[in-house]
Amino acid sequence: MPKIRELIIEKSLLSSALITIAVTVGIILVLTIETFSFFKEVSIFDFFTDIEWTPLFTQKHYGILPLLTGTLLTTFIAISVALPIGLSISIYLSEYAPRSFRKTIKPLLELLAAVPSVVYGFFALVVVTPYLQQFIPNLSGFNSLSAGIVMGIMIIPFVSSLSEDALFAVPKALREASYGMGATRLQTAFKVVVPAASSGIIVSIILAISRAIGETMIVAIAAGQQPRLTLDPTVPVETITAYIVQVSLGDVQHGSLEYRTIFAAGITLFIFTFLLNTVSFRIRKKYREKYE
Amino acid sequence: MTEKSEAAKIEALIDEKYKLQTKDVNVFYGDFQAIKEVSMNIKPNTITAFIGPSGCGKSTFLRLFNRMNDYIEGFRVEGKIKIDDDNIYKKKIQLEQLRKEVGMVFQKPNPFPKSIFENVAYGLKIQGIKDKKLINERVEKALLQADLWNEVKADLNKSALTLSGGQQQRLCIARTLAVEPSIILMDEPTSALDPISTSKIEELIHHLKEIYTIIIVTHNMQQASRISDYTAFFYMGELIEFDKTKKIFTNPEKKRTENYITGRFG
Repeated sequence: MPKIRELIIEKSLLSSALITIAVTVGIILVLTIETFSFFKEVSIFDFFTDIEWTPLFTQKHYGILPLLTGTLLTTFIAISVALPIGLSISIYLSEYAPRSFRKTIKPLLELLAAVPSVVYGFFALVVVTPYLQQFIPNLSGFNSLSAGIVMGIMIIPFVSSLSEDALFAVPKALREASYGMGATRLQTAFKVVVPAASSGIIVSIILAISRAIGETMIVAIAAGQQPRLTLDPTVPVETITAYIVQVSLGDVQHGSLEYRTIFAAGITLFIFTFLLNTVSFRIRKKYREKYE
Repeated sequence: MTEKSEAAKIEALIDEKYKLQTKDVNVFYGDFQAIKEVSMNIKPNTITAFIGPSGCGKSTFLRLFNRMNDYIEGFRVEGKIKIDDDNIYKKKIQLEQLRKEVGMVFQKPNPFPKSIFENVAYGLKIQGIKDKKLINERVEKALLQADLWNEVKADLNKSALTLSGGQQQRLCIARTLAVEPSIILMDEPTSALDPISTSKIEELIHHLKEIYTIIIVTHNMQQASRISDYTAFFYMGELIEFDKTKKIFTNPEKKRTENYITGRFG
């Protein structure tokens, strides 16, 4: 009897794993199939070179570049915010803060990631943008700057928490060696601990970028919905994710070419995040056993 | 005539300045007293071995001299600890300066995950020394002193982590020597090494005595008797006996010392 029970448990655990894989494969399949039929009507060359994205207008253009730059621009702004702040926090927590303080503050920081992103989106729209407009008068109501900044705040814990884990994992012996030779805490942190933890820090940054690229609500609410090929952070732009939301919620007919654009956009997004995740996985695997 | 010079010699010995002096030192970790009323004077250019069972306080006592215990939460020290007649626990002390003067080699080889060259040059670079020629010279000198130069000179840019355990420990010694301290603290430097690497390092320590004052913590009694001039036996935080190594190992004053060195406990 117990053997049968074991068997049932084992199989059901296996099936949960298989279901997850099946769903992922299913998503990729649907994305690929719909993308194929999209590219039957739109040339792949236009998709990557046309500088306008206007599938919903009468004058239709299918260039992904404006959406891509919108995505990369907001991501870049977010990382510019999250990287210095997140890294400073992680170095402070791991090298300076007393143990008890570290234990309290780390979960608090991780709360930042638990705030629903729709809240961040409204925060960007109704607080950050009006505030920034005091200094940048020609800042548009929707813009990539405030969306990027707020997204940066949201991903701080991705950088700080994972980097801190990496810094903290650096053997105490290395710190002692450095102190023992007359190095200050700052020298020890930047010349020994950070370099020794660099692979973990890089992984944390990549994951944060991946998260920023895929973020939807903040950019959909605060960055606008105007696909525009620009690097100007003060004007409305549209990211890939925001476009997908716009079309999914709109009255575009299912099965139409306009409808399929979201799959082409989606697969572009997927390829980006997939590559980033793969790279970070490789780095982690390669350097994991360095100190063991 | 000969009698007189003999007396003068003894007098000179007594007058010889001590490199390290401690008086009535107590160390606490929170409520736990790790060191009890230890007084000890150490002469320059000698090798002193600290022996005793695990937890007897010998490592704690060693780490007082470069203030490495400062990072332990709840650490507190009482009493006087002087190096070259200077109280190293006074408020104004520059920790960085002290540690340039008092180098340390640890139990497990702990090279930085950098190149061999960068490891040895580290102490110089953090002092702000930029002169490439000077750094090159000091790196070579330190590696020669640590008896590692011939093994690594072909490729100094190789990662230090590719070296063997014994080579890594000699690299750590070279790294310490490059800063040109006057005292070297060694916390069981050979306990993680094989016998051949150990004998190489013991030989090295013996040579280094000419330039440096060396204190070595060791679990290995043979090692203490082989390499040290003086031996201090610690037990439960107390300094039981401190004398010439020969005396400790042939004719100790205290029963407990005798029991320990003959292997009756510990």
